[in-house]
Amino acid sequence: MDHLSTIFDRGLGWLDASGPDSDIVLSTRVRLARNLQGYAFGPQSRVNDRRAVLARVRRTAEKVDLLAEASVHPLSELDRGTRRILLERRLISQDLLGEKSDTELPLRAAAVVLSARDPVSVMVNEEDHLRLQVLVSGLALEGAWGMVDGLDEDLGRELPYAYDHELGYLTSCPTNVGTGLRASVLIHLPGLVLTKEIGRVLQGLSQVGLTFRGLYGEGSEVVGNFFQVSNQTTLGKTEEDLVDHLDRIVRQVIEYERRARRVLIRDAYQVTEDKIWRAYGLLRYARSLTFEEMMNLLSGVRLGAALKLLPGLRVYSLNKIMIFTQSAHLEDAAGRKLPPGERDAHRATYVRRILATEGVVIPDTEPPESSSGSGRDP
Amino acid sequence: MSEDPRVCSECGAAEAVVHLTQIVDDVASVLHLCEKCAASRGVNQPSPPAHSPLTDFLSQMTGPEEGAESGDEDRTCTFCDLTFAGFRENGRLGCPHCYTTFDFYLKNLLRRIHGGVQHVGKVYLPPDPTVSEREQRLEGLRRKLRYAISTEDFERAAQLRDQIRSLEPVTR
Repeated sequence: MDHLSTIFDRGLGWLDASGPDSDIVLSTRVRLARNLQGYAFGPQSRVNDRRAVLARVRRTAEKVDLLAEASVHPLSELDRGTRRILLERRLISQDLLGEKSDTELPLRAAAVVLSARDPVSVMVNEEDHLRLQVLVSGLALEGAWGMVDGLDEDLGRELPYAYDHELGYLTSCPTNVGTGLRASVLIHLPGLVLTKEIGRVLQGLSQVGLTFRGLYGEGSEVVGNFFQVSNQTTLGKTEEDLVDHLDRIVRQVIEYERRARRVLIRDAYQVTEDKIWRAYGLLRYARSLTFEEMMNLLSGVRLGAALKLLPGLRVYSLNKIMIFTQSAHLEDAAGRKLPPGERDAHRATYVRRILATEGVVIPDTEPPESSSGSGRDP
Repeated sequence: MSEDPRVCSECGAAEAVVHLTQIVDDVASVLHLCEKCAASRGVNQPSPPAHSPLTDFLSQMTGPEEGAESGDEDRTCTFCDLTFAGFRENGRLGCPHCYTTFDFYLKNLLRRIHGGVQHVGKVYLPPDPTVSEREQRLEGLRRKLRYAISTEDFERAAQLRDQIRSLEPVTR
């Protein structure tokens, strides 16, 4: 059984916050849904279909340059903790994992192809036979699309895709047919939430054919003011148009967010500063943190780092906290399963450690002491 | 009763996985139960997304499509055995042939979801292409080339030009 050691740093490239606008946009992801001719997919696929698809992908991966340093991991060969770590890093979906309880096994012949060199991965035998994806730092839609397009070209040269001249790439869900493309951007919007403008912005998104979700995609709640914005339709527009449209709208949202932050600094400096330092204080010293509480505090601290109110704090450290304080990551670090209460304690310990070693250099902002009462009197 | 929603309010020991809101005499109370206690009370975990936005959408659409013939709703895909009822239930198709089998229904659905029914994106070139597949692919690449030039992405334009050249028949 393969353990984390084989996938230890996969999917973490975006944490370094090296991409454009990475103080507001955490990551960009573009995925393509593809199916192979001759095999049933989705709910109708049988084990034989799935095995055959996986075998073809294995053979093809070896010939593809972008997957030259990739490894193929059938989920059944990974231990449960490692599978959940892949989920927490958004390299696989809950659907691919297929586990609704601790005892249930992952879907048969479900696999993930992970590159050691590039931010690309391929889910095999999810709802569609293939889900090619690229996950990068900041707002980098064009680059991410270019990369996944290249991977698609290489795989498509070897694999017989299910394609129709009228409907394009055929997918299991009619909402993905055509381009099979879903581009999404994980964006942090505390300014718009605090200035209560977020409702209007989100409403505006749906009017221009975009949709938003929480951190973990479909059906997940928004926590810590992190929103995932993505295209809603996939048919009738070119990939470039879809990507370009999302890019333009997200740039506008970033502009609104920056404006909201300026308003906060101008009109509510004291309240904002206090909120940020309180969040920092709690994260820095708390002994127990639920994931949700931590995410909400992290939102304040991230805002503080972006506004330079918390000097010395890097976005990289904050990104790292987000990933490594999820349950499976904490349990991997502890080397055992953790009951919820203990998990919260481990989470708080991790956050304290990161902030103590990579955190803010606390400036001396105490009001000057008056000459009397200095305690030096004999 | 335990206040912590993460701990089972029945046995107070295990992790609560079922959160049950009961309304008795207009008073709502919330129970947090672990798997075991929930089972012993006869509470099943709700099966996850039996309905998604799409299936809600599908169920709202009543009646057959315009131009649909009687008997269309009894159709079954001959390749993957998916029935029309099966598709309406979970909103997923089972193979490329399903798109033809359920064509009477899908056309309108796709128009409502996407606003269009004609793919204008990438043109796929299968491993052993026919002459017309090659032509269609060329047209798709030329469209992309025009786009790359219009957005001044000259690196991409150069790549596309190479791809086009490699597909074009050699003329003397």
